Amino acid sequence: MHVLRWLVKLFAHDVLALPSRALVALWVGALLALPAVYPDPYVLRVVTLTALFAIFAASWDLLAGYSGQVNFGQALFFGGAAYCSAILSVRLGIPAPLAVVAATAFAALLGLASGYVCLRMRGAYLSLATLAFPLIALGVLLAVPGVSGGELGLAGVPRLASHPVGNYYLAVLSMLAVVFGLWKLGNSRIGLVLHAIRDDELAARASGIHTPRYKLGVFALAAAAAGLAGALLAHYMRVAAPFLLETVLSFQAVIWGIFGGIATIYGPVTAVFVLYPLTEWIGGFQGFGERRTLVFALVVLVVLLVMPRGLVPWLRDRIETLCPRCKERNPAWRSSCRICEATLAPADRPRAQQVSPSDS
Amino acid sequence: MLQDIIVTTLVNGSVYAMLALGFSLVFGVARIVNIAHTAFYMLAAYAFYTLFAKAGVPGVAAGVLAVALVTAAALACYRAVIQPVRQHESAVLIATIALALIVQESLLYAFGGHYLGVPSTLEGAFRVAGASVPWQRVLIFLVGAAALVGMWALLYRTRLGLAIRSAASDLEIASLLGMNVHRVTAAAAVLAAALAALAGVIVAPVFVVDPFMWLAPLVIMLAIVVVGGLGSLGGSVLAAFLIALVEALTVFAVPAGAFLKGAVALSIMIVVLWLRPEGLFGVAYEEER
Repeated sequence: MHVLRWLVKLFAHDVLALPSRALVALWVGALLALPAVYPDPYVLRVVTLTALFAIFAASWDLLAGYSGQVNFGQALFFGGAAYCSAILSVRLGIPAPLAVVAATAFAALLGLASGYVCLRMRGAYLSLATLAFPLIALGVLLAVPGVSGGELGLAGVPRLASHPVGNYYLAVLSMLAVVFGLWKLGNSRIGLVLHAIRDDELAARASGIHTPRYKLGVFALAAAAAGLAGALLAHYMRVAAPFLLETVLSFQAVIWGIFGGIATIYGPVTAVFVLYPLTEWIGGFQGFGERRTLVFALVVLVVLLVMPRGLVPWLRDRIETLCPRCKERNPAWRSSCRICEATLAPADRPRAQQVSPSDS
Repeated sequence: MLQDIIVTTLVNGSVYAMLALGFSLVFGVARIVNIAHTAFYMLAAYAFYTLFAKAGVPGVAAGVLAVALVTAAALACYRAVIQPVRQHESAVLIATIALALIVQESLLYAFGGHYLGVPSTLEGAFRVAGASVPWQRVLIFLVGAAALVGMWALLYRTRLGLAIRSAASDLEIASLLGMNVHRVTAAAAVLAAALAALAGVIVAPVFVVDPFMWLAPLVIMLAIVVVGGLGSLGGSVLAAFLIALVEALTVFAVPAGAFLKGAVALSIMIVVLWLRPEGLFGVAYEEER
């Protein structure tokens, strides 16, 4: 009873106090209730895939957004783990859950290896070097078709759960756990250190931060998250194919991340939940199917020209203001801060770039 | 086999050099990582196909027209898409990726996804040391070499070249000294697009033309630019021939080499970067804060 009252209080006072938190609560509730309310197999399939790609996008954001290691080869971890899990379960007959765990660990090793190679590289050099990793892996895999299945990929990967609802909950719960974990990490002391490394690595080192250790750690963690998503995807689609390692998939992570707003975790996740179902839905129309990538690129381009910092930070600045005195967030319609009661003048919005008349 | 390796190296090397030089130029001046660079190369190949094979325009005129059209299109894209978001480095990146995807999808829609065959502009071949070399490939090498020499003359013997080089070495100081850096940046973008378009036109009769032909050269071009040192023009040209040689050696001398040629070229890039993080000829410039 006490716990219940505490939860209700938390919900009313902390979650509903900010529109963004209320929206997140609504989103989580909708995701958990979906199979009971609307058990359409097609919708469940789209949301399952969306959830897996959301993990992938969030893992890219941890690496690129927080620590500034703008990785153009995130597909290496995704596809590497997918192939690892598929090879373990199809060729060696290891049970599927065990294969997923092993593949996640393998992805973390891949992350450590690429992080080690990239330790001294910076900026564009790092991006362009990482772009090469998945292509090297793909070349090696295609050269040994006996193991990898060649151009067609490795089919017949066993499902983790036999029922679609089981697979749905597996994907959605993993997504919620990973995303909230990464978001918590980003707001913790470690996240602060990563911000420092991104903004000025030299100054971070001068302040006594062992930057190589943090960089390797964040590479391994982001790789493990992406690898979990990739392994789950291989078991869900029942195939590990070369498209999992292609440049387009790495670019996809970059697009989701920047479109949603980097260094936020929730931005890329929102971007996936907006863009992936949107392109699926557009692809369902007669005659539009072949043009969905075109529509996707156009939407991204137009949104980017309007809001260069990404979709979610732009939206958040519209519905929330920052208190000038205590730096706490407030709903945009309040005239005084909900914590310290300082006056919230519309002109004091520090992060809003352009204040249009519709704001006030 | 040795002759094959030499010919392939020279031909692919000059194509890579033209692509890498343009990319390096734009990166040096404007710090723009232009993923859409090879999309213009592909666009030029398609423009040449339409003009030469479909509309029946004679070879040289079709080539010149295709280069001019693609360069104009590239300038328009630069003004409309890249310039408005230039201050946001990540936004530039994704804008150019989106641009490349738009080009790819438009071509896929207009021409379909199958390979297009462009008829040769030059027939015949000559024999040297027992190997038969088609004139078409000699043409690629000659045009490439001429373009590189012309580019060198432009950069080191004209006022525009001086402006571009000074903007590349320090954009702010160049601006303080009274240069119109916007125009210099646009000039560099135009030169880069023209080089890419020329490369696209001359390879169209030899390579396959399809809507995904921009991806493979993009990755190799990025590897070359990084190996040569970002912004170093001479380094890019040298690295282009180096990577082309490595690719040719892999294809002709290693079993299953066709699958591995990209992997070997990219591994070389990673080894070079590991030993020298600023590339072979790059300058470890002061970190911009």
